[in-house]
Amino acid sequence: MSKTLPLTGNYACAHAMAQIEPDVVACYPITPQTELMHKFADFVADGKVKTEFILVESEHSAMSACVGAAAAGARVMTATSSQGLALMWEIVYIASSLRLPLVMPLVNRALSGPINIHCDHSDAMGARDSGWIQLFCENSQEVYDTTVQAVKIAENKEVLLPVMVCFDGFIISHTTERVDILEDHEVKEFVGQYQPDHPLLDVDHPVTYGPLDLPDYYFEHKKQESDAMKNATQVVIDVGKAYKALSGREYGIFEKYLTEDADYIILCMGSTAGTAKAAADDQRARGNKVGVLKLRMFRPFPADELAQALAGAKAVAVLDRADSFNALGGPLWGDLRSALYGKCSVPVSNYIYGLGGRDIDIDMIGQVFEDLKAGKYSDKAYYLGVRE
Amino acid sequence: MAEKGYKELPIGGKILQAGNSVRYETGSWRTYRPVVDKEKCINCLRCWILCPDASIYVEDEEMTGYDYVHCKGCGICAQICPVEAIEIILESDKDKVKADARGIKPKEVEQS
Repeated sequence: MSKTLPLTGNYACAHAMAQIEPDVVACYPITPQTELMHKFADFVADGKVKTEFILVESEHSAMSACVGAAAAGARVMTATSSQGLALMWEIVYIASSLRLPLVMPLVNRALSGPINIHCDHSDAMGARDSGWIQLFCENSQEVYDTTVQAVKIAENKEVLLPVMVCFDGFIISHTTERVDILEDHEVKEFVGQYQPDHPLLDVDHPVTYGPLDLPDYYFEHKKQESDAMKNATQVVIDVGKAYKALSGREYGIFEKYLTEDADYIILCMGSTAGTAKAAADDQRARGNKVGVLKLRMFRPFPADELAQALAGAKAVAVLDRADSFNALGGPLWGDLRSALYGKCSVPVSNYIYGLGGRDIDIDMIGQVFEDLKAGKYSDKAYYLGVRE
Repeated sequence: MAEKGYKELPIGGKILQAGNSVRYETGSWRTYRPVVDKEKCINCLRCWILCPDASIYVEDEEMTGYDYVHCKGCGICAQICPVEAIEIILESDKDKVKADARGIKPKEVEQS
């Protein structure tokens, strides 16, 4: 039995965390993540959850405490945004390298500078090579559902990698929407009891975490990490199916919206997918065969599946909510072009948009569809919504 | 011993057997080596307490020299020694300084 609540993305995430009831949460507040942890701290203070909630002095300490607790054998979560993730940096890589299945909601916010508290994906994109699985959410419902699924994905023995649950700062985190939530026991049964491998607190079987790993072994451990990331694709699909059986809501590695017969397709992530779907509806009403491919799983990058899904299109546009500053284009576009190379010759243009929370609306995305239809193409990114 | 491939190794760089540091022979890192004058040594064992590589031999509560297979030559033992019984010499000078295989200098009478 589920119930429907009016929840912001942050509150939806906090509800999911409370129902998961991790052993340890170590956290430091940062806009726009603050109210997520505020709400979760309420659950702890009210005695609803028994999580050991650790307030630390910085995000570097938050991630360090999470790594320590996870190595000890605990199920661990934290959450952050932007500069918080930047300050965690070195430990973010250590969490994935030690193969600790943490779950971290990342409330996407532009990286400084200039300082800005609003949404873009530059924080998540900076961590794209960190060995974390990255899942992007379109709305508060997806935030709730993905947070629950993330635990099961991270802890799968074929994966054992940490997961970032990415959702757009303010646009999702602070917008109240209808969210269907599961019963506490349904979530508990879905995620199950965490069974850590080689926990440090198993003092009868002492092990070493994080020893010096020189040229004779480091490469092998990185190959293991790479293979685990490859395994994650099927696990994300399987967990999505299991979650559908429980909730009725379907999740995969991406969502196809009107793409089956579409000539022109926009690929994007996060809340913009909702806007893009509305723009596609407008175009369809005028007889234009367009669709939207909403990428949910950015890491691992589902290259083969995307190539297959886009094979029938005449042109594709990628909307990137971050710049790579490579004088070429955005990170999502770069990965997609690489994925299609040699498999599919569809032209793929790039639009960098929405940096620092700049609005994107239905008309702007409608213009991208018009550009595709008119054959407008460049091998460098266009900047959508910037003043000349 | 053949090194294992990535499919055989424990994941995440974990080492699943306890007490494995003894197999990591860090003595080859040494630029300097400590040698000890047992005439001066008072067996306070501060060197044994502070040695980061557990390279001080102790038998019957007496300091009995160095494990050069693991000693990195950090010099902490010489710094902490309250009676200046420990001398740090260049590794390349080891044949010029009289000391046994455990770094114990010969007694004064034998030297003269």
